[in-house]
Amino acid sequence: MKDVIVAERLTKKFEELIAVDGISFAIHEGECFGFLGPNGAGKTTTIRMIQCVSPVTSGKLSVLDLDVSRDQRRIKASLGVAPQEDNLDPDFTVFRNLVVHARYFGIERSVAENRAHELLEFMQLTEKADVLIPKISGGMKRRLIMARALINEPRLLILDEPTTGLDPQARHLIWDKVRELKKKSVTVIITTHYMDEAQQLCDRLVIMEKGKILVEGRPQELIENQVGRFVVEIINPEPGMEEVLRGIGLSPEKASDRIFVYTNDRRSVRERLLNELPNANVVARDATLEDVFLRLTGRGLKE
Amino acid sequence: MSIIKNISWRTMSVWARNKDVFFITWKTNFLPPFLEPILYLLAMGFGFGVLVNELPVPYDKFSYAQFLGPGLIAISAMYGTFFECTYGSFVRMHYQKTFDAIVATPISLEEVITGEILWGATKSVINGTIVTVVILAFGLATLPGALLIPFVALLAGLAFGSIAMIFTALVPNIDSFNYPFFLFITPMFLFSGTFFPLTVLPVAVQDVALAFPLTHVATIMRDFCLGTYSYSDLWGCIYLIAIMAVSFYAAIYLMKRRLVN
Repeated sequence: MKDVIVAERLTKKFEELIAVDGISFAIHEGECFGFLGPNGAGKTTTIRMIQCVSPVTSGKLSVLDLDVSRDQRRIKASLGVAPQEDNLDPDFTVFRNLVVHARYFGIERSVAENRAHELLEFMQLTEKADVLIPKISGGMKRRLIMARALINEPRLLILDEPTTGLDPQARHLIWDKVRELKKKSVTVIITTHYMDEAQQLCDRLVIMEKGKILVEGRPQELIENQVGRFVVEIINPEPGMEEVLRGIGLSPEKASDRIFVYTNDRRSVRERLLNELPNANVVARDATLEDVFLRLTGRGLKE
Repeated sequence: MSIIKNISWRTMSVWARNKDVFFITWKTNFLPPFLEPILYLLAMGFGFGVLVNELPVPYDKFSYAQFLGPGLIAISAMYGTFFECTYGSFVRMHYQKTFDAIVATPISLEEVITGEILWGATKSVINGTIVTVVILAFGLATLPGALLIPFVALLAGLAFGSIAMIFTALVPNIDSFNYPFFLFITPMFLFSGTFFPLTVLPVAVQDVALAFPLTHVATIMRDFCLGTYSYSDLWGCIYLIAIMAVSFYAAIYLMKRRLVN
């Protein structure tokens, strides 16, 4: 499969801080690729280098076979970007936002208006077409930002935390749209804090921390390789339980009010555990990407 | 010269964005530049002006209102641009994140800044033209010289817009615009031969006033309105072009330093 983005030892330094520290990755055409990581991990900085608004400090980064330091206009012409923050134009209506944005791409007015109508339909915003931006809800703004990112029919769509702060209905609408776009072989890049979102949408993903890539892979593979398929949890454990589990050869991980045991063999772990600790409140469940994330990046706060 | 290399016709789509917003609220936008000079003319020209018996050469043949009129055009042009490229641009850059949205398209940051300055200059032309019409209506200017005023306003707007954009690139927050307005714009507004001829000032102060771009804008506009133009107006134009070129370059450089990281 063709690679649309290739990064080799990509680095970004701000005065003191190394925001992105020599990362390498390749994103294939038509896939949905996720950047995960705690705040300050370097996800948005990486995205900003891809969209040619933040210069690369060192290393190589090519987008659609073009160099980000030279062919910025051509790259940006094929990119759709939905940023984290609301930068919709508050002086215009919903519809006009799309048409004005299209003009920045040099798209002819009649074409732009047709596309704007289609995109409002696609993002279920048609009845808000003539409303000014300050009068629409946060969820509608996110949908409009996504519609705006599609106005130039991009080959590559960048969604920076597309569902942060949205209600479940709005999140699912955005997810559905991402899947529809993938069917049209648009390559989608997502950054997110929501592990269920990444698990739902991403074909492949990387988990970043402190500017480095910790792991890369398909969500299910990562779960199996990093933690195992299941998690057995002891809820509100009593002191000393952790040591007992170590004594029978398990490797428990302690959080404030839980003990986690990661495993591929749920039944035997559960039985061994209950044999030793008959009073423990034990729950067994499927492991998720969230387990991988927390295991790799730790449970302490990042900021 | 990489700064110029990144500027193309696409900058006009940034200009067009601001123009579109202006015409959405055109009723509130056209009234102040229309009413303000009338108030000034009534109060200063026809009120205060009665006290002025005689103007120094070369304006000795004209009334104070005739002297004042072109000064009001220059002031209106300057403020139109300055407000647009300081507060207006800062709001778009910092609060609305409009610049961020635009640079995510094939538009370069240099084109965003250029488009903002071009729009600021357009405000100067709009304001200057409106005030010229008012002055003509009061019979205080002569044709065809007054027809050239919009072109002078354009040049003035490009120079003031570039200067304003330097401040916008430098201020830490929107309140800090008080400094350039208080220390630069207000003295210029008062001491650029707008309300009285510079020749009444001490020579040392006259020299300082000659460095103000507004001095030259006011002089050129007055000479076109009253038919008193001479070769020295050409030097004024060249000075304004030089100020514009240097400030434009500095504005782009400083804006890139602020926004590209």
